[in-house]
Amino acid sequence: MSAFILTESKLDPAKAVYDLTLPSGDGWLHEIKRGQIFRIVDLDGNQAVDTLFYNAHNFSDRYSAQDTVREQGGIYLTTGTKLISSEGNVLATIVTDTCGRHDTFGGACAAESNQVRYAIEKRWMHSCRDTFLLALARAGNGMTKCDITHNINFFMNVPVTEQGGLSFEDGVSTGGRYVELRAEMDIICLISNCPQLNNPCNAYNPTPVRLLIWD
Amino acid sequence: MNGEILFEETVRGGGMWSFVLRRHLTLRITDVEGGANVGLMAYNADATLDRLNLPDTLKAQYTAKLTRGHVLMSDMGHALLSITADTVGWHDPLGGHGNAEMAKKKSGEANYQEKRNDWYRNAHDNFLIELGKFGLGKRDLVANVSFFSRVDVDAEGKMKFHPENSKAGDSVDLRAEMNVLVILNTCQHPLDPNPKYAPKPVQLAIRKTPPPDADDFCRSFREENKRSFILTERLFIGA
Repeated sequence: MSAFILTESKLDPAKAVYDLTLPSGDGWLHEIKRGQIFRIVDLDGNQAVDTLFYNAHNFSDRYSAQDTVREQGGIYLTTGTKLISSEGNVLATIVTDTCGRHDTFGGACAAESNQVRYAIEKRWMHSCRDTFLLALARAGNGMTKCDITHNINFFMNVPVTEQGGLSFEDGVSTGGRYVELRAEMDIICLISNCPQLNNPCNAYNPTPVRLLIWD
Repeated sequence: MNGEILFEETVRGGGMWSFVLRRHLTLRITDVEGGANVGLMAYNADATLDRLNLPDTLKAQYTAKLTRGHVLMSDMGHALLSITADTVGWHDPLGGHGNAEMAKKKSGEANYQEKRNDWYRNAHDNFLIELGKFGLGKRDLVANVSFFSRVDVDAEGKMKFHPENSKAGDSVDLRAEMNVLVILNTCQHPLDPNPKYAPKPVQLAIRKTPPPDADDFCRSFREENKRSFILTERLFIGA
């Protein structure tokens, strides 16, 4: 059995400077200042939260899945994981985690990848990368599709076997579990609260998540 | 793979190369001395926003390693490159590539002023140089494949570089399923424990190969691959 490192936070939601409940299928783009603590709560359990991070002052410096896992020597993200950028900088650190495992190789669902994975006719279904594209278009900050890189799937379980296999397992998260990150520089966070209905990443029932920030 | 070699070139260790591989040409990469590593990114040459996406590639084929039968897929569901032959058996999609700071920490520095063309290069800068030739840059970097290298993952998720994965003469064949911009370099894998700067050369050879038929090994490897080929063929409707 794999190690799951569980830690808890003492932060009081009543004292958060930001508190939003994000329905499934919605996007969120928000700046988090250096030193702020950012919490994502899986309100109802087994929800995948597709998340990207960027240096707020230079978004060509962005989260890199390969650099992050290689520098910590392991493919799963949990307490202590430093989120490393494509330029080798630390964007944020996971400081608290009551779930214990998060994926970063499963990527985000897209209309086109749903066509490949499930059926050519699935193109119409809502997807994370459509959500990302709309969030970037609305932000009008110059970010485009090339900035939608390989994301973190908070609360999602995608084990790699010793034989090099990849599987999508039922979530390891239950209602109320959360993860907290400390921003190590001013960062932009882009989230798609995943609408996927074709696989068990959301237990076939996408649900809202709560996003909180503390100074 | 038979057929006349249309192009042949050796890329020295620590070197780099970029090329638009036309549809249904096959690039063979051969590890000349053993222990080579080839970091590779790929783009639809006709529309470079359509680019290699390793998470999509891996999840569509339920794999965390790459070998014969696997198809490198784009973020638009297209088949870029099919691995039509492979004498190695395991190519790494997880470890990424190194940069100047990492290379300096591991092997020290050798600058051009002193060492001329024996200076120490690094994969990140090599990628940026070749990408720049096509108007691409930092925002276009994607997760790369490390051909000829193997990284094992244990039950706890720990990653371990597997030495001696590739021997002298080992090769991998990549067939272009559309016009593909291939960007590659021969710097060492970032998890290669060798503290010395010792990147190995590879030989490149391009041949014309038949278009894949319905029974093609890579196309029929999985239902997902078939659907990716269908989406790719749509790029050429009316052509």
